[in-house]
Amino acid sequence: MPDTAQETPAKLTIKDFQSDQDVRWCPGCGDYSILAQVQRVFPEFPHKREQYVAVSGIGCSSRFPYYLNLYGIHGIHGRAPAIASGVKMVNPSLDVWVATGDGDGLSIGGNHMIHMLRRNLNIKVLLFNNQIYGLTKGQYSPTSVLGQITKSTPAGVIDFPFIPVSLALGAQATFVARAMDRDPKHLQEVVRRAEGHHGAAFVEIYQNCNVFNDGAFFQFTEKETKDDHVVYLEHGKPLVFGKDRTKGIRLNGFRPEAVPLDGGKFSPSDLLVHDEKDSTLAFILANMIHNPDLPRPMGVFLALDHPTYEDQMGDQIARAKSRKGDGDLQKLLNGEETWVIK
Amino acid sequence: MAKKVETLDEVTIRFAGDSGDGMQLTGTQFTNTVAALGNDLSTLPDYPAEIRAPAGTTYGVSGFQIKFGSVDILTPGDTCDVLVAMNPAALVTNLKLLRDGGTIIVNEDAFTEKNLRMAGLTTNPLEDHSLERFQVNAIGITKLTTNALAEMNLSTRFVDKTKNFFALGLMYWMYNRPLDQSIRFIEEKFGVKDKQVAEANLRVLRAGYNYGDTTEVFTTRFDVRPAKLPPGRYRNVMGNAAAALGLVAASRKSGLQLFLGSYPITPASDILHELSKLKEFGVKTFQAEDEIAAICASIGASYAGALAATTTSGPGLALKTEALGLAVMLELPLVVIDVQRGGPSTGLPTKTEQADLLQAVQGRNGEAPLCVLAASSPADCFLTVYEAARLAIKFMTPVICLTDGYLANGAEPWLIPDAATLPPIPVSFAKDPAGFQPYARDPVTLARPWAIPGTPGLEHRIGGLEKQDITGNINYEPDNHDLMIRLRAEKIERIAADIPEQAFDGPASGGIALVGWGSTFGSIRSAVTGLRESGHEVTHIQIRHINPFPRNLGALLAGFRTVIVPEINSGQLIKLLRAKYLVNAVGFNVVRGLPLRSEEIEEFVEKQIGGNHA
Ligand SMILES: Cc1ncc(C[n+]2csc(CCOP(=O)(O)OP(=O)(O)O)c2C)c(N)n1
Ligand code: SF4
Ligand SMILES: [Mg+2]
Repeated sequence: MPDTAQETPAKLTIKDFQSDQDVRWCPGCGDYSILAQVQRVFPEFPHKREQYVAVSGIGCSSRFPYYLNLYGIHGIHGRAPAIASGVKMVNPSLDVWVATGDGDGLSIGGNHMIHMLRRNLNIKVLLFNNQIYGLTKGQYSPTSVLGQITKSTPAGVIDFPFIPVSLALGAQATFVARAMDRDPKHLQEVVRRAEGHHGAAFVEIYQNCNVFNDGAFFQFTEKETKDDHVVYLEHGKPLVFGKDRTKGIRLNGFRPEAVPLDGGKFSPSDLLVHDEKDSTLAFILANMIHNPDLPRPMGVFLALDHPTYEDQMGDQIARAKSRKGDGDLQKLLNGEETWVIK
Repeated sequence: MAKKVETLDEVTIRFAGDSGDGMQLTGTQFTNTVAALGNDLSTLPDYPAEIRAPAGTTYGVSGFQIKFGSVDILTPGDTCDVLVAMNPAALVTNLKLLRDGGTIIVNEDAFTEKNLRMAGLTTNPLEDHSLERFQVNAIGITKLTTNALAEMNLSTRFVDKTKNFFALGLMYWMYNRPLDQSIRFIEEKFGVKDKQVAEANLRVLRAGYNYGDTTEVFTTRFDVRPAKLPPGRYRNVMGNAAAALGLVAASRKSGLQLFLGSYPITPASDILHELSKLKEFGVKTFQAEDEIAAICASIGASYAGALAATTTSGPGLALKTEALGLAVMLELPLVVIDVQRGGPSTGLPTKTEQADLLQAVQGRNGEAPLCVLAASSPADCFLTVYEAARLAIKFMTPVICLTDGYLANGAEPWLIPDAATLPPIPVSFAKDPAGFQPYARDPVTLARPWAIPGTPGLEHRIGGLEKQDITGNINYEPDNHDLMIRLRAEKIERIAADIPEQAFDGPASGGIALVGWGSTFGSIRSAVTGLRESGHEVTHIQIRHINPFPRNLGALLAGFRTVIVPEINSGQLIKLLRAKYLVNAVGFNVVRGLPLRSEEIEEFVEKQIGGNHA
């Protein structure tokens, strides 16, 4: 549900969202695709261009706002969710987007991220996860995998990575999704779903950093391996995957397992049916990452309707005004006890 | 028995007891009553950092000092005339503040062996003649309170909790103050919820008053006539409340929505508390996850067109450092209130200090000039914060407003301003897309336009990377960077043309100038009064505008042979004055977590001049 009903704004096109700034990402970087998908779907949304605000921190990914011809703030490292929160609270009619990286959003800014999500401000977060610090030239990040060799971990990463989706779920986010730079159609669909969600939306996007962590997600993004390694989540539908859609995920107790649908033993009715309203299920799906035999879920893990922070803030103000009347400055300055000196 | 009434010009009373004894409430009640009778006054709460320190310990002692009078009252008093001590720990920790010959009122019931031991005493001071310099009134306050409540069937614990009202009632009798203000308070505070609690407190309050009246012990009561304050309507106000009001007033006068991003920290939290109650003014308060988020949300709020503020104390200001640099780069209005406390690190959370001055003026990476103001009294927090908001908006800049723990919790009578005659705060958002440039500047103020999201045709991106002059696009060219550094500095310097010249009290030039800033106003002014009484010619200069300094300050300072700079730090303003004006100033620095004592300032000045100028 959009925040404000618009009187049919003039039809916007992709051109309206392209700024005059030179894009400075490395050739071949996954960020280009993410930018392109956003520019493609934004014109569909029921807002005028001046109502969008893009906020970012620092990192390659955080250059994002410069390339959109919108209102934007390129903030400081990690603080985009806090800056965006202030924008949204002051003017809830704005459509506020945060672009951040795995370092920006989960390391230095991890605290702001979880609190923004739990407050359920109607802000959309696009987290570009390349499992590396791109801008600072290749140190490991909080999502880098165990053993990953990077500039700052020549002997391999020894700290256990965050699963961004699990983190967002744990932070009580009301909308959690995952998509990939190299699956543009699906990414567009997820961005549309995030826009349509009335509340905080967290979208993790697998993004290839072809300079410092090339191919980190190729298993999930490339033709040869993709079908066997990705399962697309669709609300109300069983989890089916595989080249000829001959495999599925079923729940054995709380444990998801992959089963063949062509062996005669299992049919689609045995499979786990996705339910975006079920937060327990969302955690189970997020945890599939720990089992290398299971495909990686893509799509919307969770979408819940909760009141937003800014709506409640507005309600409290409206209630106070209707109870006490609009504040009278002179009365406030006078306070309760006064006396007069002649 | 007829009792004598003596008239005094001024009196300083210190209430001291366990942190659970309700001394802050007692002090505040006494303050409100004397204020309403038209006395000038100044108060100093002095409470421990521990919420509930073990009863009877010296570190759990909570104090509240009030000086009131028929004359101009500038400080809460270096020493007190009357010490009300509810237990031995309160007596021993506060005795050094009582003047020779002063009056002690103690609850003798609390002088048990255990409490004496807890206070580190081996003998009972009420019996060992150690208090002979003072007039000691040992009163069985616990017993008398218990008697007053005998028929009410209340727990000992409860009875114990009301005994502070006995002391309050007694002080009302001694200083000839009526009970009505406190009666009204008790009825409003407890009467609605619990009639019995209200009744008990009222009985104890009256018992204290009547005790003074009937006992043989007190033969004299005192009267303090109303002060000759300028005519008008007054109220009592504490610094934090005044700061909150300053923000709301600025919001109303500018027509901007007020947004406060804050993270709780002593002694600044009350500003957040005050503003969070004012929803009918449309105030949006946001308790963030930390100080960084608090200021960043405020920066976002400012970008979106609100009057944005963030409130904190020293450790929080340190966390806001990087974001302040961003606000300087973005050139957005932002009011930052730093209620200074004792540092470094966690330091003395509940005590006062002036040691954040250089942090405010210079504590950022890179060249990041911004405007800094300092409030000089609790009530002055209102105008200082209001002025900060006005300058922030006019010059599109963050402004840091320095107050401190003493101002925050100290109170004084306030001539209530007329909302209609407060200086206007005009705001003009950019509207016209024709030729719009995010970093084009006003020729006079050098302020850039404030173009808020939602305005058609003005879509633009700003950020912390260096900007190209005028367009605001990212730019790394050496000469452009040098130009932008100069422009940002020049913009802050131009504020000097918009603020009043430095005021002073005394001759415009000559022998000695005492130069202070912020909350030392009262201490320095009373030292100056004292020095003049001893025949010295002294000028007092108290600086409100610290960055930039008022345009006449350099010339003013140059006119004095001796410039003395008292500060509650190791010498921070003095560094700025020396650097900017090459003035050979002398510092007077005491950093105890307490306001400067005017007597000490006087002594220091006397020593500096060696009596020659007398
Ligand atoms: C306070 C601060 N610390 C460190 C940096 C340096 N820094 C800039 S971006 C970055 C990491 C970016 O990684 P990520 O968020 O994953 O973004 P990516 O470049 O990979 O898109 C770091 C450490 C900074 N700009 N500011
Ligand atoms: S360093 Fe990596 S993430 Fe950054 S622009 Fe280059 S390819 Fe993209
Ligand atoms: Mg990264």
